[in-house]
Amino acid sequence: MAMQQPPLDAQRALSGPEGGDVGAVQSGWRLALREFTSNRLAVIGFAILIFFVLFCFLGPLLYHTDQVDTNDILANTAPSGAHLLGTDNQGFDELGRMMKGGQAALEIGFFAAFVAIVIGTLWGAVAGLAGGIIDSAMMRVVDVFLSVPFLFVVLILAVKFGATVLSLSLVIGFFAWQVPARLVRGEVLTLRERDFVLAARTAGATSWRLITRHLIPNALGVVIVNVTFQVADAILTVSYVGFLGFGLHYPNVDWGDQLSNGINFLEDGYWWLIFPVGACIVLTVMALNFIGDALRDSMDVRLRRR
Amino acid sequence: MISYLGRRFVTSIIVVIGVSVFIFILLHAAYPSPARAVLGLQAKPNQVAAWNQEHGFDDPVIVQYFHYVNNVLHGNLGYSYVENQSVLALFKERTARSVYLSGISLVIAIIIALPLGIFQAVKRNSIGDNVATSAAFILYSMPSFFLGLILIQVFALSFPIFSFEASQSNSLWVVIGDWNAMTLPIFTLALITVASFSRYMRSSSMDVLAQDYIKVARAKGLPERLVLWRHLFRNASLPMVTLLGLSLPILLAGNLITETLYNFQGLGLLFFISLQKVDYPVMLAYTLAGAVLVVVGNLIADIALTIADPRIRLA
Repeated sequence: MAMQQPPLDAQRALSGPEGGDVGAVQSGWRLALREFTSNRLAVIGFAILIFFVLFCFLGPLLYHTDQVDTNDILANTAPSGAHLLGTDNQGFDELGRMMKGGQAALEIGFFAAFVAIVIGTLWGAVAGLAGGIIDSAMMRVVDVFLSVPFLFVVLILAVKFGATVLSLSLVIGFFAWQVPARLVRGEVLTLRERDFVLAARTAGATSWRLITRHLIPNALGVVIVNVTFQVADAILTVSYVGFLGFGLHYPNVDWGDQLSNGINFLEDGYWWLIFPVGACIVLTVMALNFIGDALRDSMDVRLRRR
Repeated sequence: MISYLGRRFVTSIIVVIGVSVFIFILLHAAYPSPARAVLGLQAKPNQVAAWNQEHGFDDPVIVQYFHYVNNVLHGNLGYSYVENQSVLALFKERTARSVYLSGISLVIAIIIALPLGIFQAVKRNSIGDNVATSAAFILYSMPSFFLGLILIQVFALSFPIFSFEASQSNSLWVVIGDWNAMTLPIFTLALITVASFSRYMRSSSMDVLAQDYIKVARAKGLPERLVLWRHLFRNASLPMVTLLGLSLPILLAGNLITETLYNFQGLGLLFFISLQKVDYPVMLAYTLAGAVLVVVGNLIADIALTIADPRIRLA
């Protein structure tokens, strides 16, 4: 049964004035933060993400493993006190390898998201401010990029130019900026009619100054929401590239790589080569999605305030 | 309506031209000429140059593009020097199998996701809703190959019910009949799609449930079954039409992964092999076909939505 929504006035009467309690005026960002921290899933997601960052980047300092020299004697040993999650077919410690793979995944995830956000924000802001023919031409370019089969192109370029953390980040970012571009353009279309933009124009602000000082900072909310989804998608893409065998080269490794290596031993029952790594991917991506969903809700609160 | 569809159609053509030029130039920059693959690594530079000239690989890129488009329009998708076969012949062998795998997975995903989303919206915050939401969240965050690995571990190794390799038969009818081999690939592809579809269906159903016409239908004493079927299901399904069009790229990528994981002889596996063997004509043809499919899929979704929803027709 649908929950009966009380009329809006009654809701206000029950929950106090819109925008929080009566008292000192709170900024929209602080409201957003409060909304975010009151979301249980968001806090869990944030904790998981922090855990994985610490696990991947500080973990190797506490848990020393040799990830460069292969060791045939140690190949495919089951988890034990010396190797908490066993070893793979080349004798690498699996837990240490997960940390190393996670470093690559997180680095590429965040860097690719950064590239996508920068391109998309600028593109959307310029299109939205320019309007008219320039706007529609720029948006058709976005349509074209949306139609490019993303994974295929990333794979082709990875095969051609060799996969490194930098190259994969750039390639993934370069093909993932369409959504932020559309979001920012939508925001800019409404922002550019507002009085403060008119005031800035009157004061003689150039278009570039308008974009960087006035439009982008005010459109940041929608961008921030998109960041975590970008990171999540990039981490998934890297895992696909690695799984298909076109990922990072030795001695570097990523989670997808490890999984595709583990498949060869699925029938032998070497579970430690597969399920811990898979769980890492799922948990990291899920944590980022939780954070993204919560950010979207909390930004709604901030925007409602305007 | 005609003018809306006309504009939509023209935009699609522009996008198809744009995306094909872009992909052609990009791949051309990455793999300028297959001469090395044909002549071998011992070939002298002048031999390579002569071969390039003979086969038109030293023309300006845009000339090569028009040449390629002209060939495609005459049914020639290029020639794979690695496989020593025309790309069209390679595609012909495999297209039906890939279409079957993707198609039936999509149908199963819709059959599961639409009722599930409605159920979740109607029984919001119940145990069933929470379980389904959690499952969708996990599946949504899972790379499809990992889901496939879990399914293989459980249903092919721990409990050997199904085969862990897809059907290798050349005949589509044998493939369709071989449930033992095809169940796992189909469900790997379907379940990933169910995750996102059911989430959208849930929120779209909740939007519809809040509408006045649902209240009116209930108030006039319409049985709940009819409220759900006539009013809720039909209206909540409309956004799904657009989502179907938008989900094509994900389906294509899923197809690639699933076919590789289960060794299913479809287009995705062909693309994977072409990546390994650096078979440029196959990569180009498959990527272009994917791009065109995405544009056409979105266009069809928009047309279908216009037919299904009279509110758009009036606009």
